[in-house]
Amino acid sequence: MSSFIVIAIILAIGLAAFIVGRQRAVAQNDGKVKPHSRAHYHGWWAFLLAVLPALLMLLVWDAGRSTYLGRQVHAALPAQAEDGSPINAQISAGLVNSLARGLRRLDADTQASLPATFAELQPLLAQKGVALATDTRDYMIPIAQAANASQDRLSLIGGVLAIVLAAAGALYAVGAVKPRGRARNNVEKLMLWGLLGASTIAILTTIGIVLSMLFQTIQFFGSVSPMNFFFGTVWDPRFAAAGSGGSEGQFGLIPLLAGTLYIALVALLVAVPVGLMSAVYMAEYASSKVRAVVKPALELLAGIPTIVYGIFALVTLGPWLRDISAALTGGAPFIQGQSIFVAGLVMGIMLIPVVSSLSDDIITAVPRALRDGSLGLGATRSETIKRVVLPAALPGIVGAVLLTASRAIGETMIVVLAAGVAANLTLNPFEAMTTITVKIVNQLTGDLEFNSPQTLVAFALGITLFGLTLIMNIVALAIVRKYREQYE
Amino acid sequence: MTDVSIDTMPVAAAPARRDIGLKARYRAERRFRIYGVLAISVGLIFLAIMLASIVLKGHTAFWQTTVTLPISFDEKVIDPQGERATDPNVLIKANYPKLAENALVAKLGINADDKAAVRKLKGFLSDGARVQLRDIVVSDPSVIGTTRDVEVLVSANMDSAFKGQIDLSVDQARRKVSDQQVAWMNQLKAEGVMAEHFNSGLFTFGASSRPETSGMGVAIIGSFYMMAIVLLLALPIGVAASIYLEEFAKKNRFTDLIEVNINNLAAVPSIVFGLLGLAVFVNFLGMPRSASIVGGLVLTLMTLPTIIIATRAALAAVPPSIRAAALGLGASRMQMVFHHILPLAAPGILTGTIIGLARALGETAPLLLIGMVAFVADYPATPFDPATALPVQIYMWANEAERAFVERMSGAIIILLIFLMAMNITAIVLRRRFERRW
Repeated sequence: MSSFIVIAIILAIGLAAFIVGRQRAVAQNDGKVKPHSRAHYHGWWAFLLAVLPALLMLLVWDAGRSTYLGRQVHAALPAQAEDGSPINAQISAGLVNSLARGLRRLDADTQASLPATFAELQPLLAQKGVALATDTRDYMIPIAQAANASQDRLSLIGGVLAIVLAAAGALYAVGAVKPRGRARNNVEKLMLWGLLGASTIAILTTIGIVLSMLFQTIQFFGSVSPMNFFFGTVWDPRFAAAGSGGSEGQFGLIPLLAGTLYIALVALLVAVPVGLMSAVYMAEYASSKVRAVVKPALELLAGIPTIVYGIFALVTLGPWLRDISAALTGGAPFIQGQSIFVAGLVMGIMLIPVVSSLSDDIITAVPRALRDGSLGLGATRSETIKRVVLPAALPGIVGAVLLTASRAIGETMIVVLAAGVAANLTLNPFEAMTTITVKIVNQLTGDLEFNSPQTLVAFALGITLFGLTLIMNIVALAIVRKYREQYE
Repeated sequence: MTDVSIDTMPVAAAPARRDIGLKARYRAERRFRIYGVLAISVGLIFLAIMLASIVLKGHTAFWQTTVTLPISFDEKVIDPQGERATDPNVLIKANYPKLAENALVAKLGINADDKAAVRKLKGFLSDGARVQLRDIVVSDPSVIGTTRDVEVLVSANMDSAFKGQIDLSVDQARRKVSDQQVAWMNQLKAEGVMAEHFNSGLFTFGASSRPETSGMGVAIIGSFYMMAIVLLLALPIGVAASIYLEEFAKKNRFTDLIEVNINNLAAVPSIVFGLLGLAVFVNFLGMPRSASIVGGLVLTLMTLPTIIIATRAALAAVPPSIRAAALGLGASRMQMVFHHILPLAAPGILTGTIIGLARALGETAPLLLIGMVAFVADYPATPFDPATALPVQIYMWANEAERAFVERMSGAIIILLIFLMAMNITAIVLRRRFERRW
């Protein structure tokens, strides 16, 4: 029985329980006893009692079933397939699984009289649009059939059990409807658990990020030593052809880290002065009319996806700067189309609204009294800003700059398109350099082999990036929060 | 204390005021203001330049040149052996480009036996004509033997030439269209059969290696699936989490942990979510690569913090008097939240959700990692089928060398920006119309 039908039946039982439970609660209200909960709460409680345990059971059953089936397939595989190595057994089990999935596409008649060899089976499957690996072996067919059969059997048992459980829950809940029954409290307690569960997803996400990257990184450090990764100055991860296991490649983080920081620095050199000045102007000088126009425009700038900036750098700005530099020297261009300068400039423009909106909040949070005191003593407005407002806002601005820097370090699409892919170590801002994010994308697009260091290195880079930005974010958020409290 | 009245003071020329550098200070003040104006202009000018350059490059992508040809569906070309009744593959594999070529040869008045002239026609029509004519014949085999006017796509190079994007003063060996082809083009143009039409293929075609038959159809559907998944998952979960944190959570370590987590997740680079999706959803849970469902889940996790932060702000803005009134009338805390607070906070929540969705729609990096950089020619029927997304399609076209792809890419950016602008304007309008200040 397909799980879709089972879930539909369970939901139908739940709906019936809701209606009956509600009806009973209405019928019991004869006006003599004041009911504790309103009728629909009884209905909802009946619905929840019918549906939740059944769905939970289905979930557990499903997990147990796949483990059991996996073991069954493993046990049935003949010894020669195991070959002693666990990887071979894994591959064979994978083949059996895809074969079993393929067999499900065939109609009943064909399934009843399956050919015994894979060579005969393959065209039948190909007709149904199922493509299978050619190293599927003949002996796998009966194993796959057996796996399918026991999967059907287990699904049927699980489905029936779940439906019985749902019916039992519904009957119990409907029977328990009493005028003084505390259905509302029960329902609300469950809702509270649901709300709590939703808010823990944030924690689960963080745990998921850390664990997933940690596992792959540890695996990566099994083949490349952490010393070579963190302090290596050469990045040259040769892509080994599948299975050859030959060339090792070098995975040095330093050139990537240097490129990341360099480009972020150029971006901050553009974004911080410009963003800060626009925030000051908007907060201290601009009339409300100007604000009404400029603020949405800056928000628009912030809302443009970064890939658009990247393409602008790649297609328009980069070639233009290259041609200009070629015209200046009259010969070879000294600015590369893809370079630190181009990527940093465009990223800086992208970050202007980030800096300005963060520091706008901080500047407006500086108390009026400080300004009035300074102006009253005869300072001009710009002197007030430079000597009073900005120093008072400094911690907050530092926090804002840190947050911006973490955005710059984690930014991907602009550098993928505009910074280049060559892992150089250079000081010339008009040369190409590459970043951590670019290399993560490079290592993970295309066909992957999950066990090769060439793929796993992306996770090591990812956890480095995550750690770097996490520290900056925590420090920045702490500074901003502390600063905000200071003036509240 | 001497008491000197003003009248008795000697009236003398006012003493020269001490130079306290006031002029210099006012100059500094003016300079400072100018810096501010300059800073704002830098951002706005860049915005203007960027939008202008994209529109200039991309607006031509919305037009596509076609030739209207009287195609005679000749049985001798389609089905020379007369086997179509028994073998359905005949109609699929037939030599359709020949039909288009014959029609073009006839239209241009070239002698069909002049092989050299016919050969020069190569690259005039799009290879997409094969699919176009095949679909006509397969859907209605009775056209065989008849003649019908069909608008056939021309190749990308002819399209560029027709739009005047190819410099015809260059020697013909160094450009992609020959003088002969340009002459034919002008002949057809004069006859009025070769013309530009609105390029609906840009919105309906899937991936293709030829610019003129590639479009964003698959990407639009993939993005739509992902946005639907994000909306269905992130909105309820985000609202539930915010309600818990804002209305029910006690101040303790656990709540602090959740809050710190959410604030940090909002600032985690998006590419890290891509790594999470690859390791957990694709590798560990075995979900299909390149599928919209994985993209949707990754974007959901990425959007959640945005929605939670916006929702919490909206909930916190509802004044405590409403809470007190509801509780005072005997509502439970749950009833207070769901019957009173949530409806009042709804506009703020909606605004935050739309802004979060807009960010998710433009996000590219995490989708690259979970394999949405895929050549997908067929529409994805379900979210479990391979698909691409709008920004990923833009990225893929950016990696193509031909200029016709750059044109399509810019057109796609225009469409993406229109979508985003519409969403952001909706959010602003919602905020203006429904936001209540207490």
